[in-house]
Amino acid sequence: MNDSLSLSALTPLLPEIFLAVAGLALLVVGVVREQRHGLCAMCRAVAFCFVLACVFMLGLDWHRTVALNGMFVMDQFAGVMKFMILGGLLISVVLGEKYLAQEGLARFEYPLLILFAGLGMMVMVSANHMLVAYMGLELQSLSLYVLAAFRRGHGKSSEAGIKYFLLGALASGFLLFGMSLIYGYTGALSFDGISHVLRASGEGALALPALVGMVFIIIGIAFKISAVPFHMWTPDVYEGAAGSVTALFAIVPKVAAMGLLLRILFAVFEPAQDQWQQIMWLLSMGSMLVGAFGALAQTNIKRLMAYSSINHMGYALIGVVAASQTGVAGVIFYMMVYMLMAAGVFAVVLMMRRGGIALRETTDLAGLGLRNPAIAYAMAILMFSMAGIPPMAGFFCKMFVFQAAIAEGFYVLSVVGVLTTAVAAFYYLRIIKIMFFDKPAEALDQDFGFGRRAVLLGSVLFVVLFILNPDVLIEISRSAAAAVMVAP
Amino acid sequence: MIPALAFYFFATILVCSATLVIFARNPVHAVLFLILGFFNAACLFVLLGAEFLAFIVAIVYVGAVAVLFLFVVMMLEISFDTAREKARRYLPVGLAVGGVLLAELIFLFAGWHTAPGAVVSAANVTEETGALTNTEMLGRILYTEYVYPFQLAGLILLVAMIGAIVLSLRTRSGVRKQSVADQVARKREDVVEIVKVTPGTGV
Amino acid sequence: MVSDSFLMDYLPILVFLVVAGGMAVLMIAASLIVGLRRPDKDKLAAYECGFDAFSDARSKFDVRFYLVAILFIIFDLEIAFLFPWAVTLGDIGLFGFWSMMVFLGVLTVGFIYEWKKGALEWE
Repeated sequence: MNDSLSLSALTPLLPEIFLAVAGLALLVVGVVREQRHGLCAMCRAVAFCFVLACVFMLGLDWHRTVALNGMFVMDQFAGVMKFMILGGLLISVVLGEKYLAQEGLARFEYPLLILFAGLGMMVMVSANHMLVAYMGLELQSLSLYVLAAFRRGHGKSSEAGIKYFLLGALASGFLLFGMSLIYGYTGALSFDGISHVLRASGEGALALPALVGMVFIIIGIAFKISAVPFHMWTPDVYEGAAGSVTALFAIVPKVAAMGLLLRILFAVFEPAQDQWQQIMWLLSMGSMLVGAFGALAQTNIKRLMAYSSINHMGYALIGVVAASQTGVAGVIFYMMVYMLMAAGVFAVVLMMRRGGIALRETTDLAGLGLRNPAIAYAMAILMFSMAGIPPMAGFFCKMFVFQAAIAEGFYVLSVVGVLTTAVAAFYYLRIIKIMFFDKPAEALDQDFGFGRRAVLLGSVLFVVLFILNPDVLIEISRSAAAAVMVAP
Repeated sequence: MIPALAFYFFATILVCSATLVIFARNPVHAVLFLILGFFNAACLFVLLGAEFLAFIVAIVYVGAVAVLFLFVVMMLEISFDTAREKARRYLPVGLAVGGVLLAELIFLFAGWHTAPGAVVSAANVTEETGALTNTEMLGRILYTEYVYPFQLAGLILLVAMIGAIVLSLRTRSGVRKQSVADQVARKREDVVEIVKVTPGTGV
Repeated sequence: MVSDSFLMDYLPILVFLVVAGGMAVLMIAASLIVGLRRPDKDKLAAYECGFDAFSDARSKFDVRFYLVAILFIIFDLEIAFLFPWAVTLGDIGLFGFWSMMVFLGVLTVGFIYEWKKGALEWE
């Protein structure tokens, strides 16, 4: 049993080990030199660690490798997901650096908690064992609970932390209960072992114990991607958390949770595809409708973005429902595009400060077209992309999942998807209207900092220039999808 | 016979005290019932042969978590009656969700079976391995076979530590602390000056 | 169900529990049945048994108590991991040893953080 754990067997874990060691070292360095170096240096160090981890990722063998007694799997899918996660974390650290200082939240733990959350997410997407999946999820969630309440002494932030924590703990309970049912039924905890037993024992359909277990596991993960009806926490947490934390919540954890969902659905519950397709259908439908109609009444921009993210998760889940290779590639592709678009939008949201105070309402954007035309046009482009208007990147990812759904015969879902896109377009376009045509308000504070400008610029360039060479990302998504759908 | 009797005894107390945790009017009583519940759960673990878990429940939950709960309950300066009033409004929804879950559990219990090809290793942990105790069996795999989740557990505990400090440590300004290191490092030369004073001149 | 010989080890504890529970019930019951109770108005008045409550007994605690308690729980859990390790150290070899050392190392980093941060001081 010890032979399999030689040091060379740990090579696929190099990025994770590096991040863990770096996190521990930075924690000590940070607390020892807290007086001299504040948040800024720590943010840069953590950002640098993320870049280095990406470099480690590139050096790895991306073929399916299993390590640590089959608990860890590294393949094309895990690689792509980890790249997205690291990228998203990098963006959120860069976004937060100056913002937190402006908000008076400059404490060096902030980027370290992001680092540990990221470590948990990376563990999640390359889990090959129920226990490891759970541990990764908890590591991620625990760090995020703390981040949600990071603006302590602020009522809404504490509320966000408590709500996220209580509901998250409940979801973890569901997840664990599901896992224990699956363990009781199959006697195995590793993904390979469970799928082996399920494949051997059933002809297509799952028996009752495994079915209930699967439903509970899906509930636990659906909570993390805030799919309706497990979305209740999203608007409140997004509203209460500090701006840069909201940006983090919107872009990264959902990628990791989606990764875990895809892995569990295809590597473990592949025999029960017909059964989980129904669940996913409901989740997707609910998310699209609630996301689109819920956002109409919102005036707080963070709440608006919360409903927008629920809405987008609905579209991404369409690809899961389709369950074809194109569909799964569509999900991965959708998550990539959504992540980059949302990063840009949040860069603008974090720029919304006047007189040193963060603004919250959409109406505060009024007159942006006059006062800060560059930002207003960038935001307009991002809003067009969010709404799915061609030729922006946001159009292609929607088209991709709709095509996959139609190819598999999910017409109702596709039609609802297109209709809710039209509804959602209304509130995206309303923001453009506010920026350009409403009675101008005062100008925003100008000290945006390099980070937010760079993220906004990168995001807009991606959204606009995506059409020039769309194949790269689509091919990457396809290869990742192929990797996760191969039966082990 | 005795194990079966003991099981029903402990299980009954567990269910009763769990119910009383919810219905106790006084929150401190609720926590005390919770402790009773934990204790009975530990006894059930013993009946299952999981001694180690039983003692962990006793040490960690009864010994530490319950104490923390008592702290929290005492710290909360809210009127529990109004909170209960609010909870009553959501009672129908709660009952509906709970009812569905209960129904599901009953179905599950009625239709329970293991998969034909299941690896039934969990059926009886103590008898197969004979001489090994429960703790030894855990120790043999926890640190080697399950080293990955084990190390992750360490990281989770670390994050919990950071989180608790980040969220609740406040340094009060203007507090004069004793600095032992400075006191010990103080040298005679730094603080005492010996001056020769010739009589009649002053310093 | 587990083997009887295993449960026999716990029989003394069960007996102890039953005896302890029995004693407690007996004492309360005996004082209820045998004890002489003649309550009257003056005996039950607040003056005899202390004062009327001025306010709710719950007051705001310093959050510091909570912090100490939660840090205690974390290290308590760490200790819990040490028991099976100590029992089986001979069987799990050098790998098991270093596995625990890494785990303890992680928590030691946490301890350094705590210490430096001043979370262990009481001002």
